[in-house]
Amino acid sequence: MLKIIQNLTRRTPLGWLQLTQHKSRFAVAISGVAFADLLMLMQLGFQGALFDSAVILHSKLTADVFIISPQALNIGAMSTFPRRRLYQAMDITGVKSAEPMYVNLVTWKNPQTRDKKNLIIVGFNPDRPIFNLPEVNSQLDKIKQSDVLLFDRKAIGAYEKVVESVDDGKAVTTEIERRTVSVNGLFSIGSSFSADGHLMTSEDNYLRLFSRQSSGNINVGLLTLNPGYDPTQVVQQLKAYLPRQDIKVLTKEEYIAFEQGYWQQQTPIGPIFNLGAIMGFIVGVIIVYQVLSTDVNSHLREYATFKAMGYSNTYLLGIVFEEALILAVVGFIPGLIVSLGLYTVVGGATNLPIAMTVFRAAQVLAGTLIMCMLSGAVATSKVQAADPADMF
Amino acid sequence: MIEPVIYINNLDHYFGKGALRKQVLFDINLEINIGEIVIMTGPSGSGKTTLLTMCGGLRSAQSGSLKVLGTELCGASAKQLTISRRHHGYIFQAHNLHESLTALQNVKMGLELHPDISVAEMNQRSIEMLELVGLGDRVNYLPENLSGGQKQRVAIARALVSQPKILLADEPTAALDKQSGRDVVDLMHKLAKEQDCTILLVTHDNRILDVADRIIYMEDGRLAKAPDLQKVS
Ligand SMILES: Nc1ncnc2c1ncn2[C@@H]1O[C@H](COP(=O)(O)OP(=O)(O)OP(=O)(O)O)[C@@H](O)[C@H]1O
Ligand SMILES: [Mg+2]
Repeated sequence: MLKIIQNLTRRTPLGWLQLTQHKSRFAVAISGVAFADLLMLMQLGFQGALFDSAVILHSKLTADVFIISPQALNIGAMSTFPRRRLYQAMDITGVKSAEPMYVNLVTWKNPQTRDKKNLIIVGFNPDRPIFNLPEVNSQLDKIKQSDVLLFDRKAIGAYEKVVESVDDGKAVTTEIERRTVSVNGLFSIGSSFSADGHLMTSEDNYLRLFSRQSSGNINVGLLTLNPGYDPTQVVQQLKAYLPRQDIKVLTKEEYIAFEQGYWQQQTPIGPIFNLGAIMGFIVGVIIVYQVLSTDVNSHLREYATFKAMGYSNTYLLGIVFEEALILAVVGFIPGLIVSLGLYTVVGGATNLPIAMTVFRAAQVLAGTLIMCMLSGAVATSKVQAADPADMF
Repeated sequence: MIEPVIYINNLDHYFGKGALRKQVLFDINLEINIGEIVIMTGPSGSGKTTLLTMCGGLRSAQSGSLKVLGTELCGASAKQLTISRRHHGYIFQAHNLHESLTALQNVKMGLELHPDISVAEMNQRSIEMLELVGLGDRVNYLPENLSGGQKQRVAIARALVSQPKILLADEPTAALDKQSGRDVVDLMHKLAKEQDCTILLVTHDNRILDVADRIIYMEDGRLAKAPDLQKVS
């Protein structure tokens, strides 16, 4: 190991010198790699935002254990199960409370534009708060009134006037399912891939809107445990105790994984973004291969000379890989910076929770290294063609 | 008895395979002793370059015997050839300097192959070598900023900086004007004498024949007695 480092320090950095001699060529090469990185980071960023936004509501729930229907698909299509199961769940020691949550996708008329838009609507008992959202919990009295809703100020769409008016204390009315409803308060969650934003109301108001759903059939059961009880163990006990055919019991992590799993597997959205990232990777491979093979071609004479001097093939391959490594690392930096900028722009425009994670940056850096090494490996085949016997 | 630096016995060489197989070297016998300066001349296509590249380990010998510095190169593996090359200096017709490297860096490439030389020593020896070839003031120039003669002198410095036992040169003056050609040959001569280096030089340029201790003549793949030298070229 020490020997390798020693060798590196006495070695002339040929790859670096070759690459940087032609400044404009180098700049083009770097932008190529940066562009590939940008593509990968954006695609993976969108994908990450999708999976984060899919559980944006889940993350605000205070419950420890969740009961859902086996037919549930995602937060906008939870199906129903008998409310009885909640009372039965209370028999298990450690279960402190069991509350129903009604949730569905709903089409409402944007009060400002009269356009129809999809939102997620949540109904719950205003005497038993289920969210750790202080803004919601301080306005529970409002939703006790009939046909009164709270609205998501971070919903995407033209809602500035609605927000302004409600903030001024003036309620805004609109229509859901041909029923006139009134927005009397605001909270902040944001959009998800299934809807532009969220609405909250009491379970009574909810059931008035969805007249086909009876109060005996609920969408999600929210169980809170007494301190000191392990959710995983309680879930095991509940599974053994409750009839299996009409419910599923999950911890919070499992419920979040369930929702994300839906978007990952049941829709093409995950694969599409993966494909996008792979495209970025391939674009990068092609660009880097072009750069490296042009470079090798234009240095064949020099390489043959080095071979004639006694340098081994391995040494020359090292130059190509050195160049590949430099392109990967130097190209990654502008790629990362530009995508951070774009993350902010896109996040601001869509209210999607799009954020850079260390994991993703490391993932793309690793991808870039593989991409450059792969291209380097292909480009080196030309190095073998440098024959010192043809030099004289 | 001192072994010859280059010892060639019954060497044949063929190019191509099957029906296209063509013999270019016929029964070559040659011995070159330490410190000798040998000039090889002869008509175009006679096989001079072929023989030189074989002595340098750039092309493997097929039949007969070719011993360079005591190592048999006939039938040697690619790896053995690569190692044997480290003991020779080469000067090509074109300078073949690396365009991205300064004169100093180019010369240093001739030393990096030898792992026991420290960085400081490599730099010092390379600079001294450049001073010897009269380029002490051009150490950090890129090849594009040097004249043809200067580039060839950097190439000489690169070939000689590791103090090789053998210097092989193939028409080193062909790309140079008369005066720089003369300067380059004189320089090779002087440095080789100082380092006790053996030189095998191929040339068509009969103006430089006077530096030779011995002149050999190649014709149709055979070494012949040198004819009247004034007719050569
Ligand atoms: N790689 C090769 N494959 C096939 N034939 C070759 C190859 N290299 C050289 N030859 C042939 O071998 C013969 C000797 O070539 P060589 O280059 O050794 O001649 P030379 O004496 O150096 O000529 P010149 O003075 O023009 O440089 C020529 O007939 C040439 O056509
Ligand atoms: Mg020749």
